[in-house]
Formats: sequence, C-alpha cells, structure tokens
Amino acid sequence: MAMVEIRGLRKTYDSGFEALKGADLQIEEGEILALLGPNGAGKTTLISAVCGITMPSGGSIRVGGHDVVRDWRAARDLVGLVPQEISLEPFEKVANTVRFSRGLFGKGRDDAMIERILRRLSLWDKRDSPIRALSGGMKRRVLIAKALSHEPRVLFLDEPTAGVDVELRRDMWDIVRDLKRDGVTIILTTHYIEEAEAIADRIGVIDKGRILLVEGKDNLMRRMGRKELRIELAAPLEAIPEALHGHDLTLEEGGNVLVYGYDSTAERTGIGRLMAAVAGAGLVVRDVATRQDSLEDIFVGLVARQEDAA
Amino acid sequence: MNLTAIASIYRFEMARFFRTLVQGFVSPVISTSLYFVVFGAAIGSRIDQVEGVSYGAFIVPGLIMLSVITQAISNASFGIYFPKFIGTIYELLSAPVNFLEIVIGYVGAAATKALFIGLVILGTASLFVDVTILHPGAMLAFLVLTCISFALMGFIIGIWASNFEQLQLVPLLVVTPLIFLGGAFYSISMLPPAWQTVALFNPVVYLISGFRWSFYGLADVPVGVSLLAIAAFTALCLAFIWWIFRTGWRIRS
Ligand SMILES: Nc1ncnc2c1ncn2[C@@H]1O[C@H](COP(=O)(O)OP(=O)(O)OP(=O)(O)O)[C@@H](O)[C@H]1O
Ligand SMILES: [Mg+2]
Repeated sequence: MAMVEIRGLRKTYDSGFEALKGADLQIEEGEILALLGPNGAGKTTLISAVCGITMPSGGSIRVGGHDVVRDWRAARDLVGLVPQEISLEPFEKVANTVRFSRGLFGKGRDDAMIERILRRLSLWDKRDSPIRALSGGMKRRVLIAKALSHEPRVLFLDEPTAGVDVELRRDMWDIVRDLKRDGVTIILTTHYIEEAEAIADRIGVIDKGRILLVEGKDNLMRRMGRKELRIELAAPLEAIPEALHGHDLTLEEGGNVLVYGYDSTAERTGIGRLMAAVAGAGLVVRDVATRQDSLEDIFVGLVARQEDAA
Repeated sequence: MNLTAIASIYRFEMARFFRTLVQGFVSPVISTSLYFVVFGAAIGSRIDQVEGVSYGAFIVPGLIMLSVITQAISNASFGIYFPKFIGTIYELLSAPVNFLEIVIGYVGAAATKALFIGLVILGTASLFVDVTILHPGAMLAFLVLTCISFALMGFIIGIWASNFEQLQLVPLLVVTPLIFLGGAFYSISMLPPAWQTVALFNPVVYLISGFRWSFYGLADVPVGVSLLAIAAFTALCLAFIWWIFRTGWRIRS
C-alpha cells in the first residue's frame, strides 16, 4: 500500500489562480522522494494540501490509507511538516517549543525523546536559548526538531537546505538517511538536482501544477547523463562519410557540425575512437564542444511533449 | 477530544503571560490606583454617595469590568493573531486538533489571564475603599462569564484581523466607548431620561449592572436580564466561532 496517495489534486486559490491542475503522486512506505521543480511549480501548495494547511479544490489525498479530509485526525497523526519559511515564536525557548509541538499532536511529555532529538540536531546546548538568539541554520533545525517531536511516519521537508551552508547540508542529508533507516517516509522539495541525486530514491518533477514524471533516481540520472559532442568542421559536408558510419552521428547546421550523443557516466564514451576516425577521414576540425541537458532542458522537453499531446 | 493538545496550547499561552508577569501584575495595580486618585478623590469629593454607597466603592465593579473586558479581548485577539502574523499557525493547522480544541486552549488562557487581573484589581481597590460583596457566588460567576465571553470575542477579532491596526480597531472604537458609556463610573439613573433609554441599547450596561448588584445589591436593570444578556452574548460569539469553524474563514485558504 502506498503511504501517500494523491489523485487528481487540484487547488485554485481565492485569487482564481490554479496552482495545482490535477496532480497524481504515489509515495511508497519508507522511501525518500525528492520533488523537483522551479519557483511557483506548486510544490508548497501540494505539501500544504496533504498537511491540512490549504483546502484542496478537487481530487483526493490519502495518508496511510486515511483520507485527509474525512479522516483528518488519523491522517495528520502520521504527518510531520518542516515548512519552507522559518516561522517560530521568537521569545520562546528551544526545548519548550519542541515540547509544545509534541503536545499539540496529542503525545504525552517525553523529555528523554526530546533530548535525543535535540542532541541529534546539535541543538542540545541551545535548549534554553530563546529562538531569536539562534542563527538561521539553527532555526531550520528547530523546525525539524518540532516536526520530529511527535514521531511522524511521514515527513515533509519543504526546501530543507535553502540558505544552509555545505557542511550543514551534508549533515541534513545524514539526518534524512537516519530517518529513512527508522522507516520514516520522506518527501522533500528542492531546486537542486544534486540534492535529489544525493539522497532520494525516486525523483518527481513538478511544473505549473502538474507532476511531469516520477522516476527512480538512477533512471533519471542516466537521462541527465546524456551528453552531446559537437564537432564543428572547417568545411561543410553533404553527408556523413563512409568511414564514420560505425559511429552514432548526425549532421546539423547545414553540414557544418557533426553531433555525437553519448553517456557521460559510461565507462567507455567512444570519444577517443571517434576523434581518431574523424582525423582518419581527413576532416578538418575547427572547434569541439560538449553539451548536457540541464534540468531546465528536461523540464522544457517534458512540458513541450505534454503540450503536443494535449 | 485531543485533551493533551488543549493543555499544551493553554500552557504555552500561559507561559507567555508568566514571562511578563511583572507587567501583568504591576500595570493593573498602578492604573487602578490612578483611577482612585482621579475619580475617587477628585470626583468622589463632590458626589460622595450613589444610592447609599460611597462613590469610591461604587466604581469598583465598573473598574474591574473595564480592565477585565479590555484584557480578555486583547489577550485572546493577540494570542491567535500572533501565530497568524509570524506564520507559526501552520503548526496548529497541520496538527490533529480541531478548531474547538484550538478555541478552548486560546480562549481558556486569555480568560484566565483576564480573571487574574480582575482579582488583582479587586485586591488593589479594597486597599483604597471598603468593598463589600453581598453575593460572592454571583460575583464570581459574572466575572468568569465576562472573561470567557469577551475572550471569545477577542478570538474572533484576532482571526478576522489582517494587520495590527485592525486588531486595535474594534476594542478602541467600539468596546472602550461602550464600557465608558455603560455606567462603569455612574449609575444609569443619573442620566437624563432620554439618555437612559439610549443606554439600554448598550449591552455593557447589563453586564456592569449585574456585576454591581453582586457587590452592593444595586442594579440599573433586573439581575435576571443581566444574566440573560451575557448568556446571549456568549451564545452569539460561540455561534460565530462555530461558523468560522465550518467555513475555515480567514484561516485555511
Ligand atoms: N495564497 C495564495 N494565493 C494565491 N496564489 C498563491 C498562493 N500561494 C501560492 N500561490 C501561487 O501558486 C503557485 C504555486 O506556489 P507554490 O508556493 O506552491 O510554489 P513552489 O513550487 O513551492 O515554489 P518555490 O520553489 O518558489 O517555493 C505560485 O504561482 C504562487 O504564486
Ligand atoms: Mg515552495
């Protein structure tokens, strides 16, 4: 059974803006799913709908088999949320606000557990500091501590590493991996492909209110790994010379450029052999360049394909 | 019912109060003393008695009501407005708590603070004048009901307000004038007949009258009517809150 099951989720804000246009997403128990998308794609809106912060305009959401509207208490019991914006009571002490979160979720006081969480997030020394005396990175960790305080089975992290330095980012990833080991299902949003690559099991791409694809990380990385070698020639060619037929080449820009597609992550890219063959065929090379599909290119490609289909 | 959650909200809100306990305690003491200096000494020396009670003692119930109503509204409206303002409301909305539980937590805490301040004022006042309480049970009932009903009203204001100006607007433009015109410092019977009729449209008149009756047995309107008025007001606030709960007005987009 999927831990989180989102079907045809729509959200139209009061302004009339349609932020989600029928999003479908399934998240399996115990996996880490990274939701990747540009600004305004609808990531936060989607998370808010699952967590009960905004009312969906259509579609259905189930968490652990519980409908989030009809069976909201059971659904919310399972869910922890680390919001994108840092929102904390400035004068409250760290340990108090974490304890408050636990109580709010109906769980009895458990100081040993709060201590464990604060220590894990390197906040134990700061337990009696007022929140306004913490740095931005520490505040973000307080938000995580609050979300973990009620032992959620599903954790949403909305851009957990925005504005966080490299060291802390790695630390954050370690924490996420620890949680996965404990069996927590994790959904995080990010703008960075490297982040998704570093920790996710699967990657979902969202843009303009639609989930464009959800794929295992390895598959997607392979696609991201596709590169093009563009060989600019001194003189244009009518056709690809016989001697180069064994290589997977296309001729572009009026015969001026030979394009070779390859997998940059493969052990043998075939570039050396190709260049030797090009020289052997007596072609004069003016310039060589490589190109890689960026995340944006993949977005554009996906969106274009979807619009063609429509 | 998520009782743990209610207790957590209540405790969290009370902690905010205890952090500023000195202010919470000192400022009503000082302002009460000032009222006695100004009203009791200056005006009291001219009026000396109202319906057989010394003027100083006569204004005590009105003075308590003035503070309790203002405090209940401002505590409750600020209590729920602040999380909206700084964004921590996300946690209330995503927690397994319903609106009723949130209301009980916030309104309960705001009412408790107001009650505490009311009692502090009563204590301070009795240092200045002889306060007799003929019906202590009724006095406490009126006080607690007032704390709760105006905290409910404050909660509604806090949900409605989208900036700090709006938060101050209703208390400043509506509630404070109604209290001052509601016979806090005089008996309605001291007004010209035409104004007496107008005064009867002021809901606070019923409150203060009933409350004063529980002290001295003096009332502008029958006590039963007073009780009915405050019960109706509480019911009105509850109905409005129930409606907010049903529609998610100003809370969930
Ligand atoms: N309360 C609101 N009222 C109206 N429109 C909104 C509201 N909240 C968000 N939107 C719009 O909905 C769209 C999706 O916003 P959302 O916050 O979900 O994007 P996001 O993917 O989280 O972006 P980011 O990466 O910048 O955080 C945006 O175009 C935004 O302007
Ligand atoms: Mg966002």
